[in-house]
Amino acid sequence: MKSWSRGVLLLPLIVAPVLSAHADKDRAVDAHSAGAQWGIGAEKFEYRYSDTGEELAVVEGDAFYGSDELKFRWLFEGEWEETHDAWETVENQFVAQVPVDDFWDAKGGIRIDTPKGPDRVYGVLGLTGLAPYWFEIDTNLYLSDEGDASVDFEAEYELLITNYWIVSATFETMVALSEDREIGVGKGLNYTEMGLRLSYDLIDRAFSPYVGVVHERKFGDTADFAEGDGGSTEDWFAVIGARIAF
Amino acid sequence: MKRSILTALLAGFASLAVNAGEYNISVDRVQIDTGDFVKEGIGYNGASPGPILRFREGEEVTINVTNNLDEMTSIHWHGLILPFEQDGVPGISFPGIRPGETFTYQFPIVQAGTYWFHSHSGFQEPNGAYGAIVIEPEGREPFRYDREYVVQLTDKHPHSGDRIMRNLKTSADYYNRQQQTVGDFFSESARNGFVATLRDRMMWGEMRMMKADIEDVQGFTGLINGKGPEQNWTGLFEPGERIRLRFINSSAMTYFDIRIPGLTMTVVQADGNNVQPVNVDEFRLGVAETYDVIVHIRDEEAYTIFAESMGRSGFARGTLAPKEGMTADVPELREPPLLTMADMAGHMDHGDMNDDDMAGMDHGGAAMGSGMDHSAMGHGNMDQGSGSSLPQDPFYAQGSGLTPVASNGGRFLSYADLRAQNPLYEYREPTREIELRLTGNMERYEWSINGIKYEDADPIVLQYGERVRFKFVNETMMTHPMHLHGMWSILDVGEGKWNPLKHVISVAPATTVYMETEVDAPGEWAFHCHLSYHAAAGMFRKIVVEGGPDDQVDVSAVAREGGDA
Repeated sequence: MKSWSRGVLLLPLIVAPVLSAHADKDRAVDAHSAGAQWGIGAEKFEYRYSDTGEELAVVEGDAFYGSDELKFRWLFEGEWEETHDAWETVENQFVAQVPVDDFWDAKGGIRIDTPKGPDRVYGVLGLTGLAPYWFEIDTNLYLSDEGDASVDFEAEYELLITNYWIVSATFETMVALSEDREIGVGKGLNYTEMGLRLSYDLIDRAFSPYVGVVHERKFGDTADFAEGDGGSTEDWFAVIGARIAF
Repeated sequence: MKRSILTALLAGFASLAVNAGEYNISVDRVQIDTGDFVKEGIGYNGASPGPILRFREGEEVTINVTNNLDEMTSIHWHGLILPFEQDGVPGISFPGIRPGETFTYQFPIVQAGTYWFHSHSGFQEPNGAYGAIVIEPEGREPFRYDREYVVQLTDKHPHSGDRIMRNLKTSADYYNRQQQTVGDFFSESARNGFVATLRDRMMWGEMRMMKADIEDVQGFTGLINGKGPEQNWTGLFEPGERIRLRFINSSAMTYFDIRIPGLTMTVVQADGNNVQPVNVDEFRLGVAETYDVIVHIRDEEAYTIFAESMGRSGFARGTLAPKEGMTADVPELREPPLLTMADMAGHMDHGDMNDDDMAGMDHGGAAMGSGMDHSAMGHGNMDQGSGSSLPQDPFYAQGSGLTPVASNGGRFLSYADLRAQNPLYEYREPTREIELRLTGNMERYEWSINGIKYEDADPIVLQYGERVRFKFVNETMMTHPMHLHGMWSILDVGEGKWNPLKHVISVAPATTVYMETEVDAPGEWAFHCHLSYHAAAGMFRKIVVEGGPDDQVDVSAVAREGGDA
């Protein structure tokens, strides 16, 4: 049995008490309270064409269920590479999320990576929320089953050209506290990814097609590892896709 | 002697027969056609809105409500004074009405005026479950009219209530399409200077608050008596007539600013209670409020009833016409208002929803500091900057972006204009004061009272016979129509016994409003913000009135019954 599947089996033990507590609530509260909510969506669902002819399909999706006080969230990130016909990235996170401030949530759980290459399981501790001046922030500390620690950071800012045409600027980076050569992670700054996407809210906020550009750059040992494996260290992508939310 | 007793008895029976009405209401799935879209919803007797129930003051009504839905339902008689078991709030007054069940309401009608009824279960009311109540008084009314119409407004949305709630919880600005854009930034820069505009945006950005945060749920079609603007509900009249319009706002979320261009309206009743007549050009109808106005039309012209939403994201329209098919011009929507620093003041003075959140306070303080430094700029940015030169409505924060202005420059009704026509209660000093802070977190779409949501809150306990003074302190940037069931809300306009009786008290951002309540109805009652999604998010309380004239009400038994359902 892989170590991550044990983690998944633990999930129902966490969820069950919450659900039964909900059933015990009295009728008045049930009749007049919004109660638990759910949502499912994909912040990114896109095709990327690089300046070197590389083609990628990228999905960043999430689904949640829960109350104001406690949410369970599944986050998925996948990168499918056209030329190798393979999933370069497959990342599943199962986290519990609780508010710690008016604008910030803490989250904790596990992340399971099952790409083409070696698998990894991580413990996750994160912070997500809205910073002053409307920056959406998401940052996490990961500790892998190999004992390696890393931190990622994502920021997004939306600029309203109109109330339907929206430019979103994104910045993403990852810093590893130790090397994990097997999966191409060098110690220190690994990469940065910057994106600019122009979207249009076609159906409410449920379906918003976009076009954009993404710049990706690898640094230090991580860049060397990538070069050694015959990969590139810096790419420009044209992207086309849609933001989806149900 | 015997004979006279018999006659008296017979007379008694006769009057009982006249004064006891039986009404049947079925709760049905219906189609709602707004002219813009057709939506499955819930209605009464096969239609939404439901029928106009016409009662007589002094009548003993029996209302059989049959639930034809496949879910629980309920009917709340909004504004009616009645025994609490008849109030129709599931889990508080009674368990609710099961699918297929017929529940019989029975209560005496002890008042007159314009009221309404609606489901108090889930989001059935926004989904269409509402209707009007008109109660004819026992005596003569202190005003004259030749004809009357109910004008019942709503904000029908193409999304179901559940979906709207879910979208708001996922993203509080989901429906807000009036947010400030890059274009607004540049046009404002041209007017007020680039630096001032940037500072203004930084100030609001630091608070993570939006000036355009006035209507949470946009994208609705305003309906009058179930008809959209294109379908144009029309009330006919003969020239020379006085027409009484019974305005009822049955919206889930939307306040309407109402005018009839070319006509002066005489407000004669507010929330079912006669007020000393006030002539106005326009008035704001809060969610769940009612106003009765009389218009006198002398010529053979059509007139548009134009109801713009407070945030100007939509409108309802109807027509008063001497002949079917006649219409008048439909005005353009005015520019959407924007909140100002004045509307944010309540939020900043008191910090955020969590009292222990000192970080939030610090942030607020910092923003306030920079706001003070550039207060002149803050005013310049009001857009509707002319507001400062108008007579201030004491029920809005000084400098508020929401202060209403009549479109023709004339008189806009204020709460401060309302005086009871014939006070129901003698004025007396309140026995105590209860402070209720209206609180929330817009970003999370959490709404609460004193920072506590309904599901976590203890009931508010009142004693029968006391007169309680409620102090509403609105610490949020939204306007909240607060509705107390079962007992009158005596709005404090500073006129002692002439203070008007209402059932909904609208509290504007960053204001403090007082109301007093004669606690004269034993039992358990609901008390909540009447914005559907605010109530469901937690801005709701149970009120328990302990004691009573005979002290026989076993409140706990009913609560248990409700709990088991």
